[in-house]
Amino acid sequence: MFYDVDLHSRLMLGTAQYPSPAVLAAAIEASGAEVITVSLRREGAAGQAFRDLLRQSGRRILPNTAGCHTAREAVTTAQMARELFGTRWIKLEVIGHADTLQPDPFALLEAARILCAEGFEVFPYTTEDLILGERLIEAGCRVLMPWGAPIGSGQGLRHEEALRSYRAHFAGVPVVIDAGIGAPSQAARAMEMGFDAVLLNTAVARATDPVAMARAFGTAIAAGRMAFEAGLMPRRDMAVASTPALGLADLGPADLGEALA
Amino acid sequence: MQEAAMQIELNGTRIETEAPTLAALIAERGLDPAAVATALDGAFVARAARAGAPLIPGARVEVLSPMQGG
Repeated sequence: MFYDVDLHSRLMLGTAQYPSPAVLAAAIEASGAEVITVSLRREGAAGQAFRDLLRQSGRRILPNTAGCHTAREAVTTAQMARELFGTRWIKLEVIGHADTLQPDPFALLEAARILCAEGFEVFPYTTEDLILGERLIEAGCRVLMPWGAPIGSGQGLRHEEALRSYRAHFAGVPVVIDAGIGAPSQAARAMEMGFDAVLLNTAVARATDPVAMARAFGTAIAAGRMAFEAGLMPRRDMAVASTPALGLADLGPADLGEALA
Repeated sequence: MQEAAMQIELNGTRIETEAPTLAALIAERGLDPAAVATALDGAFVARAARAGAPLIPGARVEVLSPMQGG
């Protein structure tokens, strides 16, 4: 499914912004996510504890290039991540604007070409632009990750109709909705639309109870996927009675004309 | 052999070091070589290549570790 790796859970969970390492570990467990995202940063005080937590989680690691603004920065970060985490997977983020956190499509494509040629398995964080998606696939990407909404915004599927087109256009390609998801209902919606997975972080980490919210997302995403596989009914403009009319009792008032005859 | 001290930039901070190579710098700083990834002047330096990566005055070294991310 994702670079020849089959996953049972279709939730990919970020590891940032949790109130404590213990809550993070419990949230990973409760979510059922088999893939967790991490970053590379200058060593902080809690570095060793975080490495232990990653090991103990037993989850597959998807390192990111968050914070990179040029293709060169992203490529160097990806190379460092490959050595450190022992994985060819990389969530490729090349940010165009510090305020909108919108992907820079040109630098993204440039970095994707280099990394795919170096044998990386790239998960490109992209806008829902169809042509850019095609170019990313030509560059060697076998997964696409369009945004739902700006990172951390919790707005859900901001361009739902465009994402519907995206899903249809890349029918044979695993597509993950990454970023902007704020509620389990939004994640379920993405899954009902046929997307292959959802990647999120803030909605769980910043919930009042992150562990319970992790479980809620895991459940909603599983339900959404199940609904997609079950085949949703077509939407209609008019009401259509679901209960059959055949055999309906006549319980109206007696017809006055008949009674007098 | 006594190495000459020089100033380099390590993770954005100017430091004084006598380490002639990236590998020596990692050792001098007491870092676990297997727990970090390194870059010199913006280019990745693989673990095995650190001993052959000389430091010169003004070199920009990044030593990174796994951190939380989304």
